Amino acid sequence: MRSTYSRLLLGTAALAGSALLYASQTNVRVAPDPDNAGLKLPAGFGALKVAETGGKARHIAITPQGTIYVKLNRVKDGKGILVLHSQPNGKATVTSGFGDYGGTGMYVKSGYLYASSDHDVYRYKLDDRGEVVDPAKAELLVRGLKVGSQHESKSIVLDNDNNLYVNVGAYANACQEQDRTRGSKGIPNCPILDSAGGIWQFKASQLNQRYAQGTRYATGLRNVVGLDWNPQDNQLFVMQHGRDQLHDNWPALYTDQQSATLPAECMYALSKGSNAGWPYIYYDPQRKEVMQGPEYGGDGKTAAKGDYLKPAAAYPAHMAPNGLLFYTGNMFPAKYRNGAFIAFHGSWNRAPEPQAGYMVAFQPFKDGKPSGQWEVFADNFSGSAEKTASGRADHRPCGLAQGPDGSLYVSDDSKGTIYRIVYNAKK
Amino acid sequence: MIFSKQFFLGIALVAGAGLTLQAQHRPIPKAPAKAAAKTAADPALAASLTRGAVVYKNVCITCHQADGGGLPPINPPLIKTQYVLGDKARLSHIVLAGLAEPIEIDGEEYKQHMPAQAYLTDQQIADVLTYVRNSFGNKASAVQVAEVKAVRATLK
Ligand code: HEC
Repeated sequence: MRSTYSRLLLGTAALAGSALLYASQTNVRVAPDPDNAGLKLPAGFGALKVAETGGKARHIAITPQGTIYVKLNRVKDGKGILVLHSQPNGKATVTSGFGDYGGTGMYVKSGYLYASSDHDVYRYKLDDRGEVVDPAKAELLVRGLKVGSQHESKSIVLDNDNNLYVNVGAYANACQEQDRTRGSKGIPNCPILDSAGGIWQFKASQLNQRYAQGTRYATGLRNVVGLDWNPQDNQLFVMQHGRDQLHDNWPALYTDQQSATLPAECMYALSKGSNAGWPYIYYDPQRKEVMQGPEYGGDGKTAAKGDYLKPAAAYPAHMAPNGLLFYTGNMFPAKYRNGAFIAFHGSWNRAPEPQAGYMVAFQPFKDGKPSGQWEVFADNFSGSAEKTASGRADHRPCGLAQGPDGSLYVSDDSKGTIYRIVYNAKK
Repeated sequence: MIFSKQFFLGIALVAGAGLTLQAQHRPIPKAPAKAAAKTAADPALAASLTRGAVVYKNVCITCHQADGGGLPPINPPLIKTQYVLGDKARLSHIVLAGLAEPIEIDGEEYKQHMPAQAYLTDQQIADVLTYVRNSFGNKASAVQVAEVKAVRATLK
């Protein structure tokens, strides 16, 4: 059964190959869906739903040959990683799956596919067609990462020097004696930071590493889900999920309107040893200032004591940036090149104010640094303005990847839809 | 430092789009019609529901949302769950002591802990739970102050 199936697949692949040849000859293009997959996009862009995976599609990675790998947060039919192959019109089929663990991280670099569970990081060798050589052979790179009952995902990225960066999210909101409890004070010298609340660096090709073999590359980061290596200035950029519940826990200091817009979701440009200040501080985008957190003596008006890394850019509160991608393709107009796309998963902690997010934003960059205002790039994943405001979103953008032709892929971890955004205007 | 003004506009637009339950003025969610009919005959219940709506708005709404639907995958819904409709002592215990065990509702797994809300009075907890048990499509008996008090006594 299995072998017939794979022979069939081989046949299909061969067919697809010749179809591709044919397609390029007759100039058949990837066809956006008539409704652009329900998305609102800038003029000239189109979108299609590539596949409905039905799983919690977290991060995605695409090989130079075009095979799409999707990491599922929760194992579906025994599989935590799905393999998708595209047809010439852009639609893709789930051709197989492997990996019996849920998780978030998915990354392709230099002949390997990297994947993470909430505890460990693995890699799989890719062959010269970009296919995993042996799906049953997961090589364990890092094990025993700290995981609590919040901020569990271990996002991953590599630099160009064979280093692996792993986010270990803080298993708390603000390191209070009683997590998320009204009036509860912050623990001095927050002990969580020893093993979480930062980015850890490991060797990308050394097996069986634990904390002892890694380095705490950057600290004071509450939870990072979206991160990417900026090839322009060779630097790690991350998107932090800012703290929640300023009003709930400190009602005398913050109104719930203030709580809905504080603090900013921040982009940080990290270097070895960076300290972004969690849990002691938060970033106030209206004041444009790093503020002392109320758990540590702040009152909403007092600037932070201590010298912490300033954000490289700031975005509206609670929108949950889950994907970050530096765009290096040629398909999109020149302004997008070397800029960053950010997938905002969408908020919960704005109630009773309207929720926000559920969109992909674009942040222009110049010379490796954010430059100019960010803008909404792909909107309406939720289905309508009402669904955004109530948080009852149909789809929630999570992972981002660039296809070999420069298309932008977006995963949705709510229904498992995989989107592809293309630019169709003649150059 | 970059921060977009467009965003504020965007939010204003979204807010303007008119979400009935979550408009900026934060109206107290109304008790559903059926309950209203019942409460006409039971002024004590009516008063409890009115007070409960205020507690819900001040405490629970942030996580469980205005429509009681929660926001998966972090905050679970309060709509017809076994916890809401079931044993009242267990329900009171959740508010008094919080909940820190993975639970599954409608096929979704919830792991994040719910913090204890023990600073609420027995009356406030009875009211908010009576409100929850008779809102969002739920229909179940009122929670009495004595029932909450009994659970609190076990936590001392
Ligand atoms: C800080 C966020 C938060 C607040 C505030 C909060 N809850 Fe919860 N609640 C949760 C989370 C998270 C869970 C799931 C806990 C778990 O799985 O261990 C939960 C679980 C529950 C449950 C059981 C599961 C279900 O969905 O039926 C009930 C009942 C409940 N909450 C009621 C309330 C009530 C009533 C209030 C207000 C008095 C309240 N909660 C305030 C976050 C919150």
